[in-house]
Amino acid sequence: MADTIFITDERIDGDTDTDADGPLAGRTVAIKDNISTEGVRTTCGSAMLEDYVPPYDATVVSRLKDAGATIVGKTNMDEFGMGTTTETSAFGPTDNPAAPGHVPGGSSGGSAAAVAAGEAELALGSDTGGSIRCPAAFCGVVGIKPTYGLVSRYGLVAYGNSLEQIGPFGETVEDAAALLDVIAGPDERDATTREAELEGERYADAATGDVDGLTIGVPTELVEGADDGVVDTFWDAIAELEAQGAEYHEVSLPSVEHAVEAYYVIAMSEASSNLARFDGVRYGPATDADGNWNETFSAVRREGFGDEVKRRILLGTYALSAGYHDKYYKKAQDARAWVKQDFDEALSEADVLASPTMPVTPFEQGESLDDPLQMYLADANTVPVNLADLPAISVPAGESDVDGLPVGLQLVGPSFGEERLIRAASALE
Amino acid sequence: MSDDADTVDPEAVRHVADLARVDLEADEVEAFTGQFADILEYFETLDEVPEVEREADLTNVMRPDEERDSLDREAALQNAPETEDGFFKGPNVS
Repeated sequence: MADTIFITDERIDGDTDTDADGPLAGRTVAIKDNISTEGVRTTCGSAMLEDYVPPYDATVVSRLKDAGATIVGKTNMDEFGMGTTTETSAFGPTDNPAAPGHVPGGSSGGSAAAVAAGEAELALGSDTGGSIRCPAAFCGVVGIKPTYGLVSRYGLVAYGNSLEQIGPFGETVEDAAALLDVIAGPDERDATTREAELEGERYADAATGDVDGLTIGVPTELVEGADDGVVDTFWDAIAELEAQGAEYHEVSLPSVEHAVEAYYVIAMSEASSNLARFDGVRYGPATDADGNWNETFSAVRREGFGDEVKRRILLGTYALSAGYHDKYYKKAQDARAWVKQDFDEALSEADVLASPTMPVTPFEQGESLDDPLQMYLADANTVPVNLADLPAISVPAGESDVDGLPVGLQLVGPSFGEERLIRAASALE
Repeated sequence: MSDDADTVDPEAVRHVADLARVDLEADEVEAFTGQFADILEYFETLDEVPEVEREADLTNVMRPDEERDSLDREAALQNAPETEDGFFKGPNVS
Protein backbone atom coordinates (compact mmCIF):
# COMPACT_ATOMS: atom_id res chain seq x y z
CA MET A 1 0.00 0.00 0.00
CA ALA A 2 2.67 2.51 1.04
CA ASP A 3 4.40 2.30 -2.31
CA THR A 4 1.40 3.79 -4.09
CA ILE A 5 0.69 6.41 -1.40
CA PHE A 6 4.08 8.11 -1.51
CA ILE A 7 5.95 9.43 -4.53
CA THR A 8 9.02 10.03 -2.39
CA ASP A 9 9.26 7.92 0.75
CA GLU A 10 11.83 10.06 2.57
CA ARG A 11 11.80 11.05 6.23
CA ILE A 12 12.47 14.63 7.31
CA ASP A 13 12.89 15.13 11.04
CA GLY A 14 11.55 18.25 12.68
CA ASP A 15 13.51 20.43 15.08
CA THR A 16 13.33 17.95 17.93
CA ASP A 17 16.50 19.31 19.57
CA THR A 18 15.38 22.89 19.79
CA ASP A 19 11.70 22.30 20.36
CA ALA A 20 11.05 18.92 21.93
CA ASP A 21 7.88 20.37 23.39
CA GLY A 22 6.62 21.61 20.02
CA PRO A 23 2.90 21.07 19.48
CA LEU A 24 3.58 18.31 16.94
CA ALA A 25 6.61 16.70 18.64
CA GLY A 26 6.52 12.97 18.04
CA ARG A 27 3.76 13.20 15.45
CA THR A 28 4.06 12.07 11.83
CA VAL A 29 2.85 14.13 8.87
CA ALA A 30 2.64 13.23 5.17
CA ILE A 31 2.91 16.10 2.68
CA LYS A 32 1.30 16.43 -0.74
CA ASP A 33 3.93 16.49 -3.44
CA ASN A 34 3.09 19.99 -4.67
CA ILE A 35 4.32 21.56 -1.41
CA SER A 36 8.02 22.46 -1.56
CA THR A 37 10.44 20.63 0.73
CA GLU A 38 14.05 21.81 0.75
CA GLY A 39 16.35 19.07 -0.51
CA VAL A 40 13.52 16.55 -1.08
CA ARG A 41 12.13 16.30 -4.58
CA THR A 42 8.71 17.79 -5.23
CA THR A 43 7.13 16.41 -8.39
CA CYS A 44 3.49 17.62 -8.42
CA GLY A 45 2.75 14.13 -9.73
CA SER A 46 4.24 15.18 -13.07
CA ALA A 47 7.00 13.87 -15.32
CA MET A 48 7.82 17.55 -15.87
CA LEU A 49 9.17 17.78 -12.30
CA GLU A 50 10.32 14.17 -11.83
CA ASP A 51 13.81 15.31 -10.75
CA TYR A 52 12.95 18.74 -9.33
CA VAL A 53 14.47 19.38 -5.89
CA PRO A 54 13.33 22.66 -4.29
CA PRO A 55 16.08 24.85 -2.82
CA TYR A 56 13.70 26.12 -0.11
CA ASP A 57 10.85 25.03 2.18
CA ALA A 58 7.23 26.12 1.82
CA THR A 59 6.16 28.23 4.81
CA VAL A 60 3.87 25.42 6.03
CA VAL A 61 6.82 22.99 5.98
CA SER A 62 9.01 25.39 8.01
CA ARG A 63 6.17 25.67 10.52
CA LEU A 64 5.81 21.87 10.75
CA LYS A 65 9.54 21.50 11.39
CA ASP A 66 9.46 24.24 14.03
CA ALA A 67 6.54 22.44 15.68
CA GLY A 68 8.67 19.31 16.00
CA ALA A 69 6.73 17.17 13.48
CA THR A 70 8.32 14.30 11.60
CA ILE A 71 7.60 14.39 7.88
CA VAL A 72 7.27 10.83 6.58
CA GLY A 73 7.06 11.38 2.83
CA LYS A 74 5.65 13.21 -0.17
CA THR A 75 2.28 11.90 -1.25
CA ASN A 76 0.84 10.98 -4.63
CA MET A 77 -1.59 13.35 -6.32
CA ASP A 78 -3.33 14.11 -9.58
CA GLU A 79 -0.82 15.84 -11.85
CA PHE A 80 -0.52 19.48 -10.72
CA GLY A 81 -3.71 18.97 -8.67
CA MET A 82 -5.84 18.45 -11.78
CA GLY A 83 -8.17 15.55 -11.08
CA THR A 84 -10.68 13.98 -8.73
CA THR A 85 -9.19 10.47 -8.49
CA THR A 86 -5.35 10.68 -8.18
CA GLU A 87 -5.27 8.66 -11.41
CA THR A 88 -3.77 11.47 -13.51
CA SER A 89 -0.48 11.16 -11.57
CA ALA A 90 2.52 10.35 -13.76
CA PHE A 91 3.52 7.91 -11.00
CA GLY A 92 0.43 5.71 -11.23
CA PRO A 93 -2.76 5.49 -9.17
CA THR A 94 -3.19 5.14 -5.39
CA ASP A 95 -5.56 2.56 -3.92
CA ASN A 96 -8.20 3.59 -1.39
CA PRO A 97 -7.37 1.98 2.00
CA ALA A 98 -11.02 2.38 3.09
CA ALA A 99 -12.39 0.87 -0.13
CA PRO A 100 -9.80 -1.32 -1.90
CA GLY A 101 -10.13 -1.35 -5.69
CA HIS A 102 -11.56 2.16 -5.64
CA VAL A 103 -9.93 5.55 -6.11
CA PRO A 104 -8.97 7.56 -3.00
CA GLY A 105 -10.39 10.75 -4.53
CA GLY A 106 -8.28 13.65 -5.56
CA SER A 107 -6.33 15.51 -6.09
CA SER A 108 -4.77 15.04 -2.62
CA GLY A 109 -5.50 11.29 -2.75
CA GLY A 110 -2.12 10.16 -1.40
CA SER A 111 -2.43 12.41 1.66
CA ALA A 112 -5.91 11.14 2.59
CA ALA A 113 -4.82 7.54 1.94
CA ALA A 114 -1.71 7.99 4.12
CA VAL A 115 -3.92 8.93 7.09
CA ALA A 116 -6.53 6.25 6.35
CA ALA A 117 -3.85 3.54 6.09
CA GLY A 118 -2.02 4.69 9.22
CA GLU A 119 1.14 5.59 7.26
CA ALA A 120 0.97 9.03 8.90
CA GLU A 121 -1.11 10.46 11.74
CA LEU A 122 -1.68 13.70 9.87
CA ALA A 123 -1.26 15.03 6.34
CA LEU A 124 -1.26 18.22 4.33
CA GLY A 125 -3.11 18.59 1.05
CA SER A 126 -4.20 21.50 -1.11
CA ASP A 127 -7.73 22.34 -2.20
CA THR A 128 -8.41 24.33 -5.38
CA GLY A 129 -11.91 22.96 -6.06
CA GLY A 130 -12.33 20.15 -3.52
CA SER A 131 -8.94 18.45 -3.55
CA ILE A 132 -8.84 18.05 0.24
CA ARG A 133 -12.54 17.44 0.91
CA CYS A 134 -13.09 14.88 -1.87
CA PRO A 135 -10.31 12.48 -0.80
CA ALA A 136 -11.23 12.99 2.87
CA ALA A 137 -14.79 11.87 2.04
CA PHE A 138 -13.68 8.94 -0.15
CA CYS A 139 -11.11 7.65 2.38
CA GLY A 140 -13.23 8.16 5.50
CA VAL A 141 -11.00 10.77 7.17
CA VAL A 142 -11.36 14.44 8.14
CA GLY A 143 -10.17 17.23 5.84
CA ILE A 144 -10.33 21.01 6.21
CA LYS A 145 -10.27 23.57 3.39
CA PRO A 146 -9.39 26.83 5.20
CA THR A 147 -10.74 30.29 4.38
CA TYR A 148 -8.79 31.82 1.49
CA GLY A 149 -5.94 33.73 3.15
CA LEU A 150 -5.74 31.76 6.41
CA VAL A 151 -2.78 29.59 5.36
CA SER A 152 0.30 30.72 3.44
CA ARG A 153 0.69 29.46 -0.12
CA TYR A 154 4.39 30.31 -0.26
CA GLY A 155 6.09 27.22 -1.67
CA LEU A 156 2.86 25.64 -2.96
CA VAL A 157 3.27 25.05 -6.69
CA ALA A 158 0.46 27.17 -8.16
CA TYR A 159 -2.43 25.74 -10.18
CA GLY A 160 -5.39 28.12 -9.63
CA ASN A 161 -3.99 30.62 -7.19
CA SER A 162 -7.14 32.71 -6.59
CA LEU A 163 -8.91 29.52 -5.43
CA GLU A 164 -6.47 27.30 -3.58
CA GLN A 165 -5.49 26.79 0.04
CA ILE A 166 -3.27 24.30 1.83
CA GLY A 167 -5.15 22.41 4.56
CA PRO A 168 -4.93 19.50 7.00
CA PHE A 169 -6.12 15.88 7.13
CA GLY A 170 -6.52 13.88 10.32
CA GLU A 171 -8.24 10.78 11.58
CA THR A 172 -10.23 12.97 13.96
CA VAL A 173 -11.51 16.53 13.77
CA GLU A 174 -9.30 17.49 16.73
CA ASP A 175 -6.19 16.12 14.99
CA ALA A 176 -6.90 18.04 11.80
CA ALA A 177 -7.58 21.17 13.85
CA ALA A 178 -4.29 20.76 15.74
CA LEU A 179 -2.44 20.71 12.40
CA LEU A 180 -4.37 23.79 11.28
CA ASP A 181 -3.17 25.55 14.46
CA VAL A 182 0.42 25.04 13.33
CA ILE A 183 0.07 26.16 9.69
CA ALA A 184 -2.46 29.04 10.00
CA GLY A 185 -1.58 32.70 10.23
CA PRO A 186 -0.01 35.57 8.33
CA ASP A 187 3.16 35.16 6.29
CA GLU A 188 5.05 38.10 4.81
CA ARG A 189 5.85 35.87 1.83
CA ASP A 190 2.18 35.52 0.88
CA ALA A 191 0.50 38.92 0.69
CA THR A 192 -2.98 37.32 0.65
CA THR A 193 -2.63 35.92 4.20
CA ARG A 194 -4.60 37.39 7.09
CA GLU A 195 -4.73 37.18 10.87
CA ALA A 196 -6.83 34.22 12.05
CA GLU A 197 -9.48 36.00 14.24
CA LEU A 198 -9.75 33.12 16.71
CA GLU A 199 -12.43 33.20 19.42
CA GLY A 200 -10.51 30.76 21.63
CA GLU A 201 -6.83 29.94 22.04
CA ARG A 202 -6.49 27.18 19.46
CA TYR A 203 -8.58 25.58 16.70
CA ALA A 204 -8.16 22.21 18.40
CA ASP A 205 -9.93 23.55 21.51
CA ALA A 206 -13.08 24.02 19.41
CA ALA A 207 -13.51 20.24 18.95
CA THR A 208 -16.04 20.06 21.78
CA GLY A 209 -18.91 18.44 19.88
CA ASP A 210 -21.27 21.08 21.25
CA VAL A 211 -24.02 21.72 18.67
CA ASP A 212 -26.79 22.75 21.06
CA GLY A 213 -28.68 25.60 19.35
CA LEU A 214 -26.65 25.37 16.13
CA THR A 215 -28.65 26.30 13.01
CA ILE A 216 -27.83 24.33 9.88
CA GLY A 217 -28.86 25.44 6.39
CA VAL A 218 -29.17 22.64 3.83
CA PRO A 219 -28.83 23.92 0.22
CA THR A 220 -31.34 21.82 -1.71
CA GLU A 221 -29.35 22.15 -4.96
CA LEU A 222 -26.42 20.30 -3.35
CA VAL A 223 -28.53 17.36 -2.15
CA GLU A 224 -30.82 16.81 -5.13
CA GLY A 225 -28.11 15.68 -7.54
CA ALA A 226 -26.53 13.12 -5.18
CA ASP A 227 -26.86 9.32 -5.35
CA ASP A 228 -29.57 7.74 -3.19
CA GLY A 229 -27.18 5.99 -0.84
CA VAL A 230 -25.27 9.24 -0.30
CA VAL A 231 -28.48 11.21 0.37
CA ASP A 232 -29.72 8.66 2.95
CA THR A 233 -26.41 8.72 4.81
CA PHE A 234 -26.39 12.53 4.69
CA TRP A 235 -29.86 12.81 6.28
CA ASP A 236 -28.90 10.27 8.96
CA ALA A 237 -26.00 12.55 9.91
CA ILE A 238 -28.28 15.62 10.01
CA ALA A 239 -30.69 13.66 12.23
CA GLU A 240 -27.80 12.84 14.56
CA LEU A 241 -26.92 16.55 14.83
CA GLU A 242 -30.59 17.36 15.47
CA ALA A 243 -30.69 14.78 18.24
CA GLN A 244 -27.82 16.67 19.87
CA GLY A 245 -29.69 19.99 19.84
CA ALA A 246 -29.02 21.41 16.37
CA GLU A 247 -31.83 22.47 14.05
CA TYR A 248 -31.88 22.57 10.28
CA HIS A 249 -33.78 24.33 7.51
CA GLU A 250 -33.57 24.09 3.75
CA VAL A 251 -32.08 26.97 1.78
CA SER A 252 -31.75 27.66 -1.93
CA LEU A 253 -28.53 28.76 -3.67
CA PRO A 254 -29.60 29.27 -7.31
CA SER A 255 -26.12 30.42 -8.34
CA VAL A 256 -24.51 27.04 -7.61
CA GLU A 257 -26.15 25.63 -10.74
CA HIS A 258 -23.41 27.54 -12.60
CA ALA A 259 -20.55 26.93 -10.17
CA VAL A 260 -18.92 24.01 -11.98
CA GLU A 261 -18.57 25.82 -15.29
CA ALA A 262 -17.46 29.05 -13.57
CA TYR A 263 -14.91 27.12 -11.54
CA TYR A 264 -13.45 25.29 -14.53
CA VAL A 265 -13.20 28.44 -16.66
CA ILE A 266 -11.39 30.30 -13.86
CA ALA A 267 -9.17 27.39 -12.79
CA MET A 268 -8.18 26.51 -16.35
CA SER A 269 -7.48 30.15 -17.19
CA GLU A 270 -5.25 30.54 -14.14
CA ALA A 271 -3.58 27.19 -14.90
CA SER A 272 -2.75 28.21 -18.46
CA SER A 273 -0.87 31.19 -17.06
CA ASN A 274 0.69 29.50 -14.00
CA LEU A 275 1.98 26.50 -15.95
CA ALA A 276 3.64 28.69 -18.59
CA ARG A 277 6.73 28.61 -16.36
CA PHE A 278 7.40 24.98 -17.26
CA ASP A 279 9.61 25.59 -20.25
CA GLY A 280 12.40 23.07 -19.62
CA VAL A 281 15.01 25.78 -19.05
CA ARG A 282 15.07 26.52 -15.31
CA TYR A 283 13.79 23.07 -14.38
CA GLY A 284 12.24 20.17 -16.22
CA PRO A 285 13.48 17.28 -18.26
CA ALA A 286 16.42 17.71 -20.61
CA THR A 287 15.41 17.07 -24.20
CA ASP A 288 17.36 16.66 -27.38
CA ALA A 289 14.70 18.57 -29.30
CA ASP A 290 16.16 20.80 -32.00
CA GLY A 291 14.82 24.11 -33.15
CA ASN A 292 14.16 27.56 -31.78
CA TRP A 293 12.80 28.52 -28.37
CA ASN A 294 9.14 27.98 -29.26
CA GLU A 295 9.75 24.61 -30.86
CA THR A 296 11.88 23.32 -28.00
CA PHE A 297 9.46 24.71 -25.41
CA SER A 298 6.51 22.97 -27.13
CA ALA A 299 8.40 19.67 -27.33
CA VAL A 300 9.31 19.69 -23.61
CA ARG A 301 5.70 20.38 -22.71
CA ARG A 302 4.44 17.58 -24.95
CA GLU A 303 6.69 15.13 -23.12
CA GLY A 304 6.39 16.56 -19.62
CA PHE A 305 2.63 17.06 -19.28
CA GLY A 306 -0.09 14.39 -19.15
CA ASP A 307 -3.45 14.56 -20.94
CA GLU A 308 -5.50 16.28 -18.24
CA VAL A 309 -2.89 19.01 -17.77
CA LYS A 310 -2.70 19.62 -21.52
CA ARG A 311 -6.49 19.71 -21.69
CA ARG A 312 -6.74 22.38 -18.98
CA ILE A 313 -3.88 24.51 -20.34
CA LEU A 314 -5.43 24.49 -23.81
CA LEU A 315 -8.97 25.24 -22.64
CA GLY A 316 -7.66 28.01 -20.37
CA THR A 317 -5.66 29.50 -23.22
CA TYR A 318 -8.80 29.39 -25.33
CA ALA A 319 -11.00 31.02 -22.64
CA LEU A 320 -8.55 33.91 -22.32
CA SER A 321 -7.92 34.37 -26.04
CA ALA A 322 -9.05 37.45 -27.97
CA GLY A 323 -12.78 37.34 -28.69
CA TYR A 324 -13.59 34.75 -26.00
CA HIS A 325 -12.45 36.49 -22.83
CA ASP A 326 -15.77 38.31 -22.30
CA LYS A 327 -17.82 35.25 -23.17
CA TYR A 328 -16.13 32.85 -20.76
CA TYR A 329 -13.77 34.47 -18.27
CA LYS A 330 -15.80 37.60 -17.53
CA LYS A 331 -19.05 35.63 -17.18
CA ALA A 332 -17.29 33.18 -14.88
CA GLN A 333 -16.23 36.08 -12.66
CA ASP A 334 -19.86 37.26 -12.58
CA ALA A 335 -20.91 33.76 -11.53
CA ARG A 336 -18.21 33.74 -8.85
CA ALA A 337 -19.53 37.02 -7.37
CA TRP A 338 -23.07 35.62 -7.51
CA VAL A 339 -22.04 32.46 -5.65
CA LYS A 340 -20.38 34.60 -2.95
CA GLN A 341 -23.57 36.64 -2.53
CA ASP A 342 -25.71 33.51 -2.27
CA PHE A 343 -23.48 31.99 0.42
CA ASP A 344 -23.32 35.26 2.39
CA GLU A 345 -27.10 35.46 2.34
CA ALA A 346 -27.62 31.83 3.38
CA LEU A 347 -25.03 32.20 6.16
CA SER A 348 -26.83 35.26 7.51
CA GLU A 349 -29.67 32.92 8.52
CA ALA A 350 -27.71 29.79 9.45
CA ASP A 351 -24.53 29.14 11.44
CA VAL A 352 -23.27 26.56 8.95
CA LEU A 353 -24.41 25.02 5.65
CA ALA A 354 -24.40 21.24 5.22
CA SER A 355 -24.36 18.98 2.17
CA PRO A 356 -22.87 15.68 1.08
CA THR A 357 -19.17 16.38 0.33
CA MET A 358 -19.35 14.35 -2.89
CA PRO A 359 -22.57 13.45 -4.73
CA VAL A 360 -21.18 9.94 -5.32
CA THR A 361 -19.21 7.27 -3.48
CA PRO A 362 -15.64 6.40 -4.62
CA PHE A 363 -15.33 5.37 -8.28
CA GLU A 364 -13.76 2.07 -9.16
CA GLN A 365 -10.17 2.39 -10.34
CA GLY A 366 -10.07 3.28 -14.05
CA GLU A 367 -13.83 3.83 -14.27
CA SER A 368 -13.90 7.49 -15.12
CA LEU A 369 -10.79 8.57 -16.97
CA ASP A 370 -12.23 8.69 -20.47
CA ASP A 371 -14.89 11.32 -19.93
CA PRO A 372 -13.41 14.52 -18.49
CA LEU A 373 -16.72 16.42 -18.39
CA GLN A 374 -18.35 13.66 -16.31
CA MET A 375 -15.40 13.91 -13.93
CA TYR A 376 -15.75 17.70 -13.60
CA LEU A 377 -19.44 17.37 -12.67
CA ALA A 378 -18.51 15.25 -9.64
CA ASP A 379 -17.04 18.45 -8.12
CA ALA A 380 -20.47 20.15 -7.97
CA ASN A 381 -20.63 20.35 -4.16
CA THR A 382 -17.05 21.37 -3.45
CA VAL A 383 -16.19 24.03 -6.08
CA PRO A 384 -18.76 26.64 -4.93
CA VAL A 385 -16.88 26.96 -1.63
CA ASN A 386 -13.61 27.85 -3.40
CA LEU A 387 -15.41 30.39 -5.59
CA ALA A 388 -16.78 31.98 -2.39
CA ASP A 389 -13.37 31.89 -0.57
CA LEU A 390 -15.07 30.23 2.43
CA PRO A 391 -13.88 27.54 4.90
CA ALA A 392 -15.29 24.01 4.80
CA ILE A 393 -14.70 20.68 6.48
CA SER A 394 -15.44 17.13 5.37
CA VAL A 395 -16.15 14.67 8.16
CA PRO A 396 -17.06 10.97 7.80
CA ALA A 397 -20.84 10.51 7.84
CA GLY A 398 -20.86 6.70 7.62
CA GLU A 399 -21.22 4.28 4.73
CA SER A 400 -23.74 4.28 1.91
CA ASP A 401 -26.35 1.58 2.47
CA VAL A 402 -26.34 0.96 -1.29
CA ASP A 403 -22.69 0.02 -1.83
CA GLY A 404 -21.16 0.15 1.66
CA LEU A 405 -18.63 2.81 0.61
CA PRO A 406 -17.62 5.90 2.66
CA VAL A 407 -19.72 9.09 2.55
CA GLY A 408 -18.54 12.48 3.76
CA LEU A 409 -20.56 15.36 5.21
CA GLN A 410 -19.44 18.84 4.18
CA LEU A 411 -19.99 21.82 6.48
CA VAL A 412 -19.39 25.34 5.14
CA GLY A 413 -18.99 28.40 7.38
CA PRO A 414 -18.48 32.14 7.10
CA SER A 415 -15.04 33.62 6.38
CA PHE A 416 -12.59 32.69 9.16
CA GLY A 417 -15.35 30.66 10.88
CA GLU A 418 -13.21 27.49 11.12
CA GLU A 419 -13.87 27.06 14.86
CA ARG A 420 -17.60 26.78 14.24
CA LEU A 421 -16.99 24.05 11.64
CA ILE A 422 -14.65 22.17 13.95
CA ARG A 423 -17.18 22.33 16.80
CA ALA A 424 -20.04 21.07 14.61
CA ALA A 425 -18.06 18.38 12.80
CA SER A 426 -16.73 16.92 16.05
CA ALA A 427 -20.33 16.22 17.11
CA LEU A 428 -20.43 13.45 14.49
CA GLU A 429 -17.52 11.51 16.03
CA MET B 1 -13.75 27.25 -31.93
CA SER B 2 -14.83 29.77 -34.50
CA ASP B 3 -17.59 32.29 -33.89
CA ASP B 4 -19.96 29.38 -33.85
CA ALA B 5 -19.06 27.67 -30.61
CA ASP B 6 -20.64 24.43 -31.77
CA THR B 7 -17.85 23.80 -34.23
CA VAL B 8 -14.60 22.70 -32.71
CA ASP B 9 -12.41 21.35 -35.47
CA PRO B 10 -8.93 19.83 -35.37
CA GLU B 11 -7.45 22.98 -36.90
CA ALA B 12 -8.78 25.08 -34.01
CA VAL B 13 -7.32 22.66 -31.46
CA ARG B 14 -3.92 22.87 -33.17
CA HIS B 15 -4.13 26.67 -33.16
CA VAL B 16 -4.78 26.86 -29.40
CA ALA B 17 -2.04 24.27 -28.76
CA ASP B 18 0.31 26.47 -30.74
CA LEU B 19 -0.63 29.54 -28.65
CA ALA B 20 -0.09 27.49 -25.47
CA ARG B 21 3.22 26.07 -26.73
CA VAL B 22 2.17 22.45 -26.36
CA ASP B 23 2.94 20.08 -29.24
CA LEU B 24 0.17 17.54 -29.75
CA GLU B 25 0.26 14.13 -31.37
CA ALA B 26 -2.32 13.46 -34.08
CA ASP B 27 -4.35 11.16 -31.81
CA GLU B 28 -4.38 13.82 -29.06
CA VAL B 29 -5.76 16.39 -31.52
CA GLU B 30 -8.51 13.97 -32.42
CA ALA B 31 -9.45 13.13 -28.82
CA PHE B 32 -9.34 16.78 -27.70
CA THR B 33 -11.53 17.93 -30.58
CA GLY B 34 -14.46 15.83 -29.36
CA GLN B 35 -13.88 16.52 -25.66
CA PHE B 36 -13.50 20.29 -26.14
CA ALA B 37 -16.79 20.42 -28.05
CA ASP B 38 -18.57 18.80 -25.09
CA ILE B 39 -16.85 20.93 -22.47
CA LEU B 40 -17.30 24.24 -24.30
CA GLU B 41 -20.94 23.45 -24.90
CA TYR B 42 -21.31 22.99 -21.17
CA PHE B 43 -19.49 26.32 -20.53
CA GLU B 44 -22.10 28.00 -22.78
CA THR B 45 -24.56 27.87 -19.87
CA LEU B 46 -22.60 30.79 -18.36
CA ASP B 47 -24.67 32.91 -20.76
CA GLU B 48 -27.54 32.53 -18.28
CA VAL B 49 -25.57 34.20 -15.49
CA PRO B 50 -26.76 37.75 -14.79
CA GLU B 51 -24.31 40.61 -14.56
CA VAL B 52 -23.36 40.85 -10.91
CA GLU B 53 -22.03 43.86 -9.10
CA ARG B 54 -18.69 42.88 -7.63
CA GLU B 55 -17.74 44.63 -4.44
CA ALA B 56 -14.24 43.44 -3.80
CA ASP B 57 -13.03 44.50 -0.37
CA LEU B 58 -9.33 44.64 -1.18
CA THR B 59 -6.37 46.38 0.40
CA ASN B 60 -2.90 46.70 -1.05
CA VAL B 61 -0.13 44.99 0.87
CA MET B 62 3.21 46.78 0.73
CA ARG B 63 6.62 46.06 2.19
CA PRO B 64 9.62 48.36 2.55
CA ASP B 65 11.81 48.36 -0.55
CA GLU B 66 14.89 47.03 1.19
CA GLU B 67 17.68 44.71 0.20
CA ARG B 68 17.34 41.20 1.60
CA ASP B 69 18.73 37.73 1.20
CA SER B 70 17.67 35.63 -1.74
CA LEU B 71 18.71 32.27 -3.16
CA ASP B 72 22.34 32.11 -4.12
CA ARG B 73 23.18 31.51 -7.74
CA GLU B 74 24.18 27.88 -7.30
CA ALA B 75 20.87 27.00 -5.62
CA ALA B 76 18.88 28.87 -8.27
CA LEU B 77 20.62 26.94 -11.04
CA GLN B 78 20.63 23.49 -9.43
CA ASN B 79 17.54 22.21 -11.28
CA ALA B 80 18.40 23.54 -14.73
CA PRO B 81 19.07 20.87 -17.37
CA GLU B 82 21.77 23.12 -18.88
CA THR B 83 23.81 26.01 -17.50
CA GLU B 84 26.82 27.94 -18.72
CA ASP B 85 29.09 30.33 -16.78
CA GLY B 86 26.50 30.69 -13.99
CA PHE B 87 23.56 31.32 -16.33
CA PHE B 88 20.58 29.28 -17.47
CA LYS B 89 21.12 28.03 -20.99
CA GLY B 90 18.08 27.98 -23.26
CA PRO B 91 17.52 27.26 -26.94
CA ASN B 92 17.93 29.92 -29.63
CA VAL B 93 15.24 32.56 -29.47
CA SER B 94 14.70 32.62 -33.21
